[in-house]
Amino acid sequence: MTKTLFLGALTVAGLSAAAASAATLDDVKERGNLNCGVSTGLTGFSAPNASGDWEGFDVAVCRAVAAAVLGDSSAVEFVPTTGETRFTALSSGEIDLLARNTTWTFSRDNDLKFEFVGVNYYDGQGFMVPRELGVSSALDLDGATVCIQTGTTTELNLADFFRVNNISYEPVPIQTNAEAQQQYLAGACDVYTTDASGLAATRASFETPGDHVLLPEIISKEPLGPLVRHGDNEWGDITRWTLNALIAAEELGVTSANIDDMASEAGNNPEINRLLGTEGNLGEMIGLEADWAKNAISANGNYGEIFEKNIGENTPIGLARGLNDRQSEVGRLSSEPTYLRHALSFHNNSVHHAGTCRRRDLVAYSQSAAKSCCTGSDAELLLSVQPCRIRYRHDPHSVHQC
Amino acid sequence: MSDTDSEVISFFVREKMLEEQEPPLTERGAVKWLRENLFSSWLNGLLTIVSLYVIWYILSGIVPWLWSPTWSLGSLSECREVLTGLGETTHQACWGVIRDRWQQLLFGFYPSDAYWRPTLALVILLAGLAPVLFGSIPRWFLLFSAATPFVLFLLLWGGPIWTPLLVGVGLVLGVVAFRYLVGVNQIVAVLAAIIVPVLFWLFLVEPIAFELTYTAPIGLEFIPSKDFGGFMLSVVIGVAAIILSLPLGIMLALGRASDLFIVTKLSVIFIEIIRGVPLIVWLFTASLLLNYFLPPGTSFDLTLRVIIMVTLFSAAYIAEVVRGGLAAVPKGQYEGADSLGLSYWQSMQLIVLPQALKISIPGIVNTFIGLFKDTTLVVFIGLLDPLGLTSAIRASTDWNGIYWELYVFIGVLFFIACYGMGRYSLWLETKLQRENR
Repeated sequence: MTKTLFLGALTVAGLSAAAASAATLDDVKERGNLNCGVSTGLTGFSAPNASGDWEGFDVAVCRAVAAAVLGDSSAVEFVPTTGETRFTALSSGEIDLLARNTTWTFSRDNDLKFEFVGVNYYDGQGFMVPRELGVSSALDLDGATVCIQTGTTTELNLADFFRVNNISYEPVPIQTNAEAQQQYLAGACDVYTTDASGLAATRASFETPGDHVLLPEIISKEPLGPLVRHGDNEWGDITRWTLNALIAAEELGVTSANIDDMASEAGNNPEINRLLGTEGNLGEMIGLEADWAKNAISANGNYGEIFEKNIGENTPIGLARGLNDRQSEVGRLSSEPTYLRHALSFHNNSVHHAGTCRRRDLVAYSQSAAKSCCTGSDAELLLSVQPCRIRYRHDPHSVHQC
Repeated sequence: MSDTDSEVISFFVREKMLEEQEPPLTERGAVKWLRENLFSSWLNGLLTIVSLYVIWYILSGIVPWLWSPTWSLGSLSECREVLTGLGETTHQACWGVIRDRWQQLLFGFYPSDAYWRPTLALVILLAGLAPVLFGSIPRWFLLFSAATPFVLFLLLWGGPIWTPLLVGVGLVLGVVAFRYLVGVNQIVAVLAAIIVPVLFWLFLVEPIAFELTYTAPIGLEFIPSKDFGGFMLSVVIGVAAIILSLPLGIMLALGRASDLFIVTKLSVIFIEIIRGVPLIVWLFTASLLLNYFLPPGTSFDLTLRVIIMVTLFSAAYIAEVVRGGLAAVPKGQYEGADSLGLSYWQSMQLIVLPQALKISIPGIVNTFIGLFKDTTLVVFIGLLDPLGLTSAIRASTDWNGIYWELYVFIGVLFFIACYGMGRYSLWLETKLQRENR
């Protein structure tokens, strides 16, 4: 009996999981904010500032998606995730989008049932050595002691690289990047290896960065990108094309400085017009407002601006665009070529009932739920104490139905 | 021989008392203390000199590092510039990070205009604990202690005042039902004391709170527990788990020592399972596994899940500590209570537990101190406790490369809290001392 009940509960949970995942867009709109998983702290990619606002390259993706969907780049609830908790948080529905320097791999895409919506940073594993060692190539590292974070793909890449090149090394296992910095500076190892972006950030924090060199060899491919759950194609499309819109904006020369002018009326370039919603109906096709891409771009600027502001050459991290430059330059980054020329497969997005207020939302002490449940209906939010008091304009006594 | 007799022997007889004199220089003051304590033999003298050298060596390393004029600076690179400009070594602390981020380390992402709420909550918590901790406070103050949890909940999380108030009313209803029915039948009274509040909470609290909030919207701005962080998160988890785990642990210990088969076995199974698995596994269970069992969309608060897990974990340890206390009470005390005709609960309440708990005080406080420090493990499930915030702070470009300053600050905070608990337990032991051993 108990067993049956338990299985029954599991089935119900499973069914409702499917139901919930099928309408992430509706959930986000109803909630009034986007739950976005980020790293608990990675220099340049995601970190809270002194007043508690999250900043960084990955954070910008979250803000752009929130701006595209809700029209407000601050309507994001950032959920700090660790390497262990990130995938569970996504698959359980705790977060709607994971933007946490996650490498796109076969097993994560297929076995863990996620959908990578694109690549926002092409990374790769590199080496850092003190300049006084006089090493100019990773092939000279025979017999070196190497600081390496355990339990990561970098550990395997390192072993492969040294075996293929038939040279020996001695690993010094460490846990975190902070520990690695200390060990490396204290001379516990000759070489530190991790993702090149991480190495650059680490070197920038040294007292004398010039005393350390990054070796030219990049020994692995680490395409990092945001991801969503399998099974909700509409939501996957929204995040994919939001990222693409940022990249396309840079290709088309749309920046946060000129976007207001460009979006105010249709210009000469039909692609820009379609992107910014002054022509065509891309917004309607994707189930969003016509100005979705404009909002996404205005949130933090186009891809190039986001890059320069958070990790570019003028920041202390000082990463060059490299692989992450436009395809027209030397990089491989591009928005899908079909972006504006071909129509997207049309899908009929389920209608969002913005006006139905459920009583449950109001006693759940959720300001945002109450706000979103009254948006679009003929009602007003009266005060900020929860549960909020709501009065319909046409009938002041209708509070209890809300 | 006779002339010897006649010889005047001039004995000296002192006519007045000598003034008191200072003891010799080597037998008084600092010199005496030094001689007796530090240089009483050549070996001790040698050891003293070696120890002094070691102390000087350590302090000469730490003090210049600590004494660093970097309080007002805004980033690590500024610190380095200033220290180089002063012509000093750069092996000095950069305290600017504490000035810049101390509020974050204490309160996490709690809105800064509401910092008074956790601060006031701490004051109320200490005031509410006072009558429990110190016997000299008037007993009516206990009523205030009983109301404290609801006030704390309201202050920390906010929301309308009515929900915590009604939950409290439910408890009062339970007490009233018990008082009213206890004359009729004890078992019925106990059942009523449990069922009445539960029914009240399940079916009446929500609608009544809703109506009341509509008619009289009194309350504080709601702050979700996602915004809790820093030392405040450690204190919230630690204090809640400490307060909840003590009664639970005592019940488990009594259950394990009980004669009733099912009660004993259930207690043993619970204690052994919880104690046999590391805390970090339970935390992962709370954060990861439960997500799959709960229906999606139910955002069962992660902080609450963690508090529950930490409470259960510490209760298992407390149960074993109290069991040790129970075993140390002489058998004669149990038999004496029986021979007086006391019921099981009366004998436990009046005779056995007061003695057993007194014996267990060092063990209980020890468990609590360990529990409080273990709250930093939540960093592994993505909650930003003080240690989690260090990596977040280090990830900002201003402070990348900062290391020891943050840990020193956090270490001092934890030391103050844990040392305070330790001193309290010593004081309590002395106060409850009854033997003349």
